[in-house]
Amino acid sequence: MQNPHILVIKQLVIEGQSGSQWTPIVKGIDLTLKKGEVLGLIGESGAGKSTLGLAAMGYTQQGCRISSGSIQFNGMELVGALKSDLRRLRGNRIAYVAQSAAASFNPAHRLIKQYAEAPIQHGLMGFAEAEQKAVDIYRQLLLPDPENIGYRYPHQVSGGQLQRAMVAMAMACQPDIIVFDEPTTALDVTTQIEVLAAIKQITREYNTAAIYITHDLAVVAQLADRIMVLRHGNLVEESDAREMLADPKEDYTRQLLSVRTLRDGKALSIFDRDVILEVENASASYNGSDMVLEEIDLSIKRGRTIALVGESGSGKSTLARVITGLLPPSQGRIIFDGQELPGKLADRDRETLRRMQMIYQMPDTALNPRQRISKIIGRPISFYADINGREKDVRIKELLDMVELPATYMDRYPSELSGGEKQRICIARALAAEPDLIICDEVTSALDQLVAEGVLQLLQRLQAELGVSYLFITHDLATVKAIADEIIVMLNGRIVDAGSARCGLRNHCPIGQGAASTLIIGVGLNGRGKNKLPHLACLLTRLRRCVNGPIQ
Amino acid sequence: MTLFIISILIFVGVEALPGDLTEAVLGQSATPETVAAFRKELKLDLPPHIRYLSWLGGIVRGEFGNSLANGRPIADLIGWRIGNSLFLAATTAAIAVPLSILLGIVAALYRNSFFDRAISMVTLSTISFPEFFVAYILIALLSVQLIIFPSISNINAQMPFLEKIHAIVLPCLTLTLVVVAHMMRQTRAAIINILASPFIEMAKLKGLKKTRIVIFHAFPNALSPVINVVAVNLAYLVAGVVIVEVVFVFPGLGQLLVDSVSKRDIPVVQASGLIFASVYITLNLLADMLSIISNPRLRNPK
Amino acid sequence: MAFFKLLRSSPLSARIGLAIVLINIAAAILAPVISPYGETEIVGDVWVSPSPDHYLGTDHLGRDLFTRLVYGARNTIAIAFVTTVLSFMVGALCGFFAATLGGWTDLSLSRGVDIIMAFPTLIFALMVLSVVGTSITSLIIVIALLDSTRVFRLSRAVAMDIEIMEFVEAARLRGEGTWWLMRHEILPNAMPPLVAEFGLRFCFVFLFIAALSFLGLGIQPPTADWGSMVMENAGAITFGIFTPLVPAGAIAFLTVGVNLIVDWFLHLASGLED
Repeated sequence: MQNPHILVIKQLVIEGQSGSQWTPIVKGIDLTLKKGEVLGLIGESGAGKSTLGLAAMGYTQQGCRISSGSIQFNGMELVGALKSDLRRLRGNRIAYVAQSAAASFNPAHRLIKQYAEAPIQHGLMGFAEAEQKAVDIYRQLLLPDPENIGYRYPHQVSGGQLQRAMVAMAMACQPDIIVFDEPTTALDVTTQIEVLAAIKQITREYNTAAIYITHDLAVVAQLADRIMVLRHGNLVEESDAREMLADPKEDYTRQLLSVRTLRDGKALSIFDRDVILEVENASASYNGSDMVLEEIDLSIKRGRTIALVGESGSGKSTLARVITGLLPPSQGRIIFDGQELPGKLADRDRETLRRMQMIYQMPDTALNPRQRISKIIGRPISFYADINGREKDVRIKELLDMVELPATYMDRYPSELSGGEKQRICIARALAAEPDLIICDEVTSALDQLVAEGVLQLLQRLQAELGVSYLFITHDLATVKAIADEIIVMLNGRIVDAGSARCGLRNHCPIGQGAASTLIIGVGLNGRGKNKLPHLACLLTRLRRCVNGPIQ
Repeated sequence: MTLFIISILIFVGVEALPGDLTEAVLGQSATPETVAAFRKELKLDLPPHIRYLSWLGGIVRGEFGNSLANGRPIADLIGWRIGNSLFLAATTAAIAVPLSILLGIVAALYRNSFFDRAISMVTLSTISFPEFFVAYILIALLSVQLIIFPSISNINAQMPFLEKIHAIVLPCLTLTLVVVAHMMRQTRAAIINILASPFIEMAKLKGLKKTRIVIFHAFPNALSPVINVVAVNLAYLVAGVVIVEVVFVFPGLGQLLVDSVSKRDIPVVQASGLIFASVYITLNLLADMLSIISNPRLRNPK
Repeated sequence: MAFFKLLRSSPLSARIGLAIVLINIAAAILAPVISPYGETEIVGDVWVSPSPDHYLGTDHLGRDLFTRLVYGARNTIAIAFVTTVLSFMVGALCGFFAATLGGWTDLSLSRGVDIIMAFPTLIFALMVLSVVGTSITSLIIVIALLDSTRVFRLSRAVAMDIEIMEFVEAARLRGEGTWWLMRHEILPNAMPPLVAEFGLRFCFVFLFIAALSFLGLGIQPPTADWGSMVMENAGAITFGIFTPLVPAGAIAFLTVGVNLIVDWFLHLASGLED
């Protein structure tokens, strides 16, 4: 009798090297996959889902090893198999779609050449035949100009197209299994939907089995037949997709699933009609001619939260720069608490600066790694209120308490804290100035889902206690639902839609709807922060390169 | 353009800095009359910008003026020395470039192997050594102990080719050792950088053979950084030649430059400095151009 | 205490490097105490072989080589150190200013540095020194200025990478001035690469001065200096006497030592980050 399972993984343990020690990343997981079945692997970062996905191809990344267990593909054991046998499978029977297409395509060769490489090298067909098939698949994946797009170089096509071209490349040998490793994470909301649709369609059509790795439940819900939830290298729960979404068994799954319903009816404060910030007819550009913001009108009430939604490049972060004074507007006015503010940061007085604070997407880059927490939080206190000495320490402890962190954290450095804790320090730093308005720029998108939820809860509690207003910049409609009183949607530097969170958007614009329909949760690498990672380690690598440079 | 700025810089640098040329040449005991005559002869009494223009005009026509020390035309002094220096540099490059690229690639492919570690130790020490230390060790070994090669590389135009080669073995070897150390380390770093790219992992996951991955995927992308490394090191070679020429008393441009500096023979210093700078700048420009040509992203714009 | 703990975990290569540097520094400081003769004192025949009287023999004028070597350490290291410090003060300050102020300041400084760097340093130094003469002061100033261009490039690049970090923006939004930004936000984060660079630049300056002295254009006799000692005794090598190898080896020895420490430091600093 033929085994219906094309892939059977049993008691797989994979270890990773940290320093001189080997620690397990995947801790004894069983996994089966039937022909044509789509399996969703879901979990937060560090759950071991990518490692497990790669292991399905008998592959481990450098610094990892399979220490025990078995991986059987079509009855063939992959653990300990000959390199040449594995090579014959990879790209041929099992293919891989990576997270970043831009980095995974070789910049030196045309797309079609890279498409055809696997079938030619595995001896399945010649270049002419591969060329023809490529056009078919490009067409099925709805790539524009399918006859010619293959003759471009990777850097000549857009990110979403490139990701689809990689799906096409994976399909080149019509494999039995494709491993998708977060293929939509690096994309914009609208592009994400296109790529997902393409993946869904093509796997159905060719009856290809797939392992789909993601941290995003919304995506898995659309694609998968079955879902496995992983955490810290262990299996938490596994069941049919529909069943799991309807009736999760484990608490952890339920937490992941729970659409955030944090907001409860806000008591109307006496300041309810009181407007803290108004932007009137503001336009701005970086070079003087190309407007990135056009005729923006916006007002934020005291003690309320307004959410600014849009794709990356829609101008929402630029708007924050205009409000804070980092980018003076070319026209229009910014009125803060009844007073018109000067456009330039340098012209604003200290008191104005104090009353408007900012929290960033990446707590890693928003905290100076060489300053202790006491200095990070203490500086605004002494800078604005001129409080020093013991009084300042008392205040720092109060603030730490407010963001639910122990007072002992005072003497720590940011690197000794977790991501969520760091973000709380950022909040404490903003609160130290006792502001009226806090601009939150994608504050939760770099955090794991549960941690993000904690941060959102904290922000809400603080708002209730302190009456501070938030301008919440995000591209994540779930966050918006959870926290916002009002929503503003931006596209190409203009406000295209607005409305209250409860009643929905007035214009029903496609972006808002598109995002809402897929419920994209926390698209990690989106927005401005992604370019800011070149951290000290990178500086040092760069320096190392200089070291080897010649003496002239 | 850069050359033009450099020529101004050389001129201003040499003319405007403190220290009177006349005094340097004639000595402190010169009478005012001789000084005046001397200045007139060298046109030092003219305003600087006119002197600059006439100097620049001369260079364009290939006339560098006359040496202060012995009054001979500089063009004659420099001419055959350029040939010698280029001969030395070219021979070194012909050996060093292929050798270091090969070593760099092997070290990168077999990273952390014994070979890699050994060669990395050796090159690190070579980089730390001054050129003359390497030179004297080689002399001590190959010329004094074993008496194979001459410690003084005197060559002239009449010598047959083979004899010339024999004469420059030691300086050439010295330069090669130093240049290979730099070039090999940079090549290794560039290749390792490429091998860590996601598209190489993708190629592995396509089930390609190792040789194909290296030749088809790694090589085209490594070309640009490696070419850059080569050109930069050749530029370094130009400067490194100076010390080695002095050690081996090699009749090249570097030797002339050093001699002229100690004699304060300013026109010769200016001329040979300008030549060194032009070669150096040309090589750096070449590096920029080649790395644009060999970079697929820049070669095929959107 | 923390330092000793760190030291215990250091690899062998770093310890060797540290030992080498400490020996050199000790020799430099204690030169008058440990050297048996005077710096320029002629004590015997020319190129005498090593003996209990003269640990390393004598040089081309019959001076004690060991004494010359120890005094040479003092002069060469001190001059190289002062030069490096000077070049860092100029280079890093300009680099930080260029990065934090941006705009016109950055543009003019960067262009100027580009032009100077388009020129081989050794040739440039030779030409300038041929005019200003080879006093120790002019040597230090010329080399420091030439070298500061490279410090400028690095510190500007490092500061630029830190500049775009949000904590700098946060401080800016708070209303902090340029000086505070440089002193409290940028400098502490720029320290590890700058310290490592200091070691490397020291090596470079040290080798550079040695090379100039070797060419007869650096530190002038009778001051003991390793580079000129090599040149003075160069003739000996053809007689099979290895006197010039001693100072040349000393130069190599110290540079290797500093390089080993820098390597360890880079490893350590990049390791702390992940």
